[in-house]
Amino acid sequence: MSTLKVKIWRGEEDGEFQSFEVPARENQTILDVVTEVQRQQEPGLSYRFACRVGVCGSCAMTVNGKPRWTCRTHINAVAKDGEITIEPLRNMPVIKDLTCDMTDFFQKWQKAGGTFKGTVTRKDKVVTIPPSSPKRQKADAGIECINCAVCYAACDTVNWDSEYLGPAALNRAWTLVNDERVGNQKEVLDKAIGDNGCSSCHSQGNCTASCPVGLSPSQSIHGLKRMSLLSFLGTEV
Amino acid sequence: MDRMLFVLQRLTALLLLPLIIGHLIVILYAVKGGLTSAEILARTQGSLWWGLFYGLFVVAVAIHAPIGLRNILKEWTPLSRVASGWLSLAFGLVLLWLGARAIQGVVL
Ligand code: SF4
Ligand code: SF4
Ligand code: FES
Repeated sequence: MSTLKVKIWRGEEDGEFQSFEVPARENQTILDVVTEVQRQQEPGLSYRFACRVGVCGSCAMTVNGKPRWTCRTHINAVAKDGEITIEPLRNMPVIKDLTCDMTDFFQKWQKAGGTFKGTVTRKDKVVTIPPSSPKRQKADAGIECINCAVCYAACDTVNWDSEYLGPAALNRAWTLVNDERVGNQKEVLDKAIGDNGCSSCHSQGNCTASCPVGLSPSQSIHGLKRMSLLSFLGTEV
Repeated sequence: MDRMLFVLQRLTALLLLPLIIGHLIVILYAVKGGLTSAEILARTQGSLWWGLFYGLFVVAVAIHAPIGLRNILKEWTPLSRVASGWLSLAFGLVLLWLGARAIQGVVL
């Protein structure tokens, strides 16, 4: 059986790569390879995963230089001459090996106004929102986010300016300002267009190119920028 | 703050576009009969319109350029947000001063 050469990051920020060889199988994802290494060769290897089917968003890593969800990344799609390099995601502090500290990433969701605050209680009647309404469609385009931070790791602006809220948090804010059930839309918008918000984005779309679910955070941020300008000019948005 | 600067940068960009086109057309027109300072001054000196045109131009540039500079400093240098802001403000004031001197020279 042929083998794959795998280099995996070990340690913290100042760690180093450790090389492994694993059997090359017909059907194998990056996550399978990492699991194989941990089960068969290096039980001390730390990494995260849960669902293994692209739902939970916990398995993202940097594979051959690009951020990816590893459970849905087939080896054949990324291996270069039978070699793979696996590192933790960029733009977050490394805890150990392939796990990084996502505290800032999630706190930025709060800073961008990401908490849902509704207008009705469970005693009220459910409001009907036509799925075809333009606002709902804008919200729908962004709601399937699995919080994997792949876009956040891909964003150069986050890399240069650690305060920048980043694509995922702003995409969340965009879905809320388009969601008619949200009671504090003005507050969310103010946060998303305020300091370190959408105006820091360079619109080059690395986030969109990397999002494994096929969302377009850059499009959402573009929408926020438009709202920022139009609401300043007093136009109804 | 970021939001205000974002809006100002976009609005001044809108303003600068026609001004730059006007400026370029005038350059093409001005060099036709040979470029002499006497000819230029004859057109601009005492002209309220050229004073207003370049006055607006200078103000728009002095607002627009430092906002971009602030982003560059903030992202590409170790300077803090606050330091980048003050440095860019100083740069804007220098632009404003230089521009005002230039207008004074050709219009007054
Ligand atoms: S488009 Fe904006 S959010 Fe997306 S990667 Fe570029 S700078 Fe980051
Ligand atoms: S927008 Fe896409 S890449 Fe970013 S966190 Fe959500 S699912 Fe992941
Ligand atoms: S393990 Fe859940 S998305 Fe990969």
